[in-house]
Amino acid sequence: MLSIFQRMGRAVLDALRGMGRMGTFFATSLYWTVKPPLKFGRVLRQISFIGSKSIPLIVLTGGFTGMILGLQVYYTLRKFGAEAYLGPAVALSLIRELGPVLSALMITGRAGSAIAAEIGIMRISEQVDALESMSLSPFRYLMTPNLIASLFSFPLLGAIFNVVGIYGGYIVGVRLLGLSSGTYFSGIQDFVEMGDVTDSLIKSACFGIIVFLVCCYQGYYTRHGAEGVSRATTTAVVMASTLILVWDYFLNSVMI
Amino acid sequence: MIDVVGLHKSFNGQEVLKGVGFRVEKGEVFTVIGGSGQGKSVLLKHLLGLIKPDKGHVYVDGTDIAAVTGEELYKARDRFGYLFQGGALFDSMTIFDNVAFPLQEKTKMKAAEIKDRAEAELAKVGLSGMGHKFPAEVSGGMKKRAAFARVLVMNPEIVLFDEPTTGLDPVLVDSVHRLIVWGRENYGYTAVVVSHEIPEIFDISDRVGMLDGGVMLQVGTPGEIKGSDNPRVRRFVRGESEGAAQF
Ligand SMILES: Nc1ncnc2c1ncn2[C@@H]1O[C@H](COP(=O)(O)OP(=O)(O)OP(=O)(O)O)[C@@H](O)[C@H]1O
Ligand SMILES: [Mg+2]
Repeated sequence: MLSIFQRMGRAVLDALRGMGRMGTFFATSLYWTVKPPLKFGRVLRQISFIGSKSIPLIVLTGGFTGMILGLQVYYTLRKFGAEAYLGPAVALSLIRELGPVLSALMITGRAGSAIAAEIGIMRISEQVDALESMSLSPFRYLMTPNLIASLFSFPLLGAIFNVVGIYGGYIVGVRLLGLSSGTYFSGIQDFVEMGDVTDSLIKSACFGIIVFLVCCYQGYYTRHGAEGVSRATTTAVVMASTLILVWDYFLNSVMI
Repeated sequence: MIDVVGLHKSFNGQEVLKGVGFRVEKGEVFTVIGGSGQGKSVLLKHLLGLIKPDKGHVYVDGTDIAAVTGEELYKARDRFGYLFQGGALFDSMTIFDNVAFPLQEKTKMKAAEIKDRAEAELAKVGLSGMGHKFPAEVSGGMKKRAAFARVLVMNPEIVLFDEPTTGLDPVLVDSVHRLIVWGRENYGYTAVVVSHEIPEIFDISDRVGMLDGGVMLQVGTPGEIKGSDNPRVRRFVRGESEGAAQF
């Protein structure tokens, strides 16, 4: 029987080994991303998959998030008699926090899981080895396109989420609760600074890298058949979602 | 042509290869037999550098596959073709695109030329007119043949076959064996085959090696292996289980 210390030591070592492997994986992905030629067709395909095909979901969730914010924030602000600030309150909540985080979580669920599963299946059916056996780097064909696509798609989708969300808040605040449309939008103009928007885009881009890294990594190191693929997919989604929130805290503490 | 010297490999403390050594001559069909889990696939992957050994060398015409990395490894691999056990066709592509893929990615051929080459290759393995189908839509035997076409299209000098016939019916087994021999005659490759098809595989092999307990127990002509004095080899070739009653 292993003593508790041995078991703890092994767990720590395993965790360190995993982190090292993930770091190497990321470095290798970066190397193949800057090393020409770029597989442009594949990049486009992934942008379409991660990006354009996520738009309906992002519009839907962004819209409802904005509407909920509209209601909740209005209710809160009314207690202080500050309903006029609904616009900036909704916009800042979305841009600074909810837009990047929620859109990243939604894309993780939709595209991240699919990426992990696709690469995982390619791994267990030896398609990854087949690429290697043809002297073609799996990183060039599988990882790089996903990395670039994530880097572009996440900020854009986050921005769409923000804009649609602000209009969601507008529908509730102005159309339903009777705030004036001028108050809503001019407040946003006065209080939202360019820095908020760039922070939002940077956050989204960071989440994009996290989702790429976790999902591709989990897929790439899939083992043990179909069960392994399902485990890799679940782990990828759970780990990516958790890391998004953890990173969000760190980014916030740096940015604010 | 291929010189394997003292190959050692363990996974998480489990020793799979314990000093495997053998030589494959140019132009021959060398078959590796051995029980399940003895490390035949692991051995085959070492020849291509898909797995790196803990100790030992794999010389291919003097280049140590086990020692080179990066571009050099990729260059050495270009001489190889690997027929994976399940075919390993890219399932997001049609059969035709699978066969055309290495040509598109690794040669400067024009699209029309690639089309002709790929179609010709598919015809040779008896798959003409099937190119538009996806791997999931064809039978296991067809997948194997398509994968074979994808290997042959690059004209490899050495082809590694990992259990090319497992899971096929006896007629298909025979047709795959004929394909291996036919390919050797027409493409002039050297073949290393991992197979469980005993005794059929003996008919197409020039030499056979039995991998057991992490070493090459015996290497010889099919006749020598069939008539081996080594009890383990004899039992395996005759398909007797270890504990079975002996006459
Ligand atoms: N990547 C790996 N990680 C850990 N263990 C491995 C790995 N690959 C193979 N093994 C182990 O190595 C041993 C040999 O595996 P291998 O697949 O080479 O067997 P095999 O001789 O090809 O068997 P079969 O005839 O069933 O295909 C097995 O016990 C397996 O568990
Ligand atoms: Mg095997």
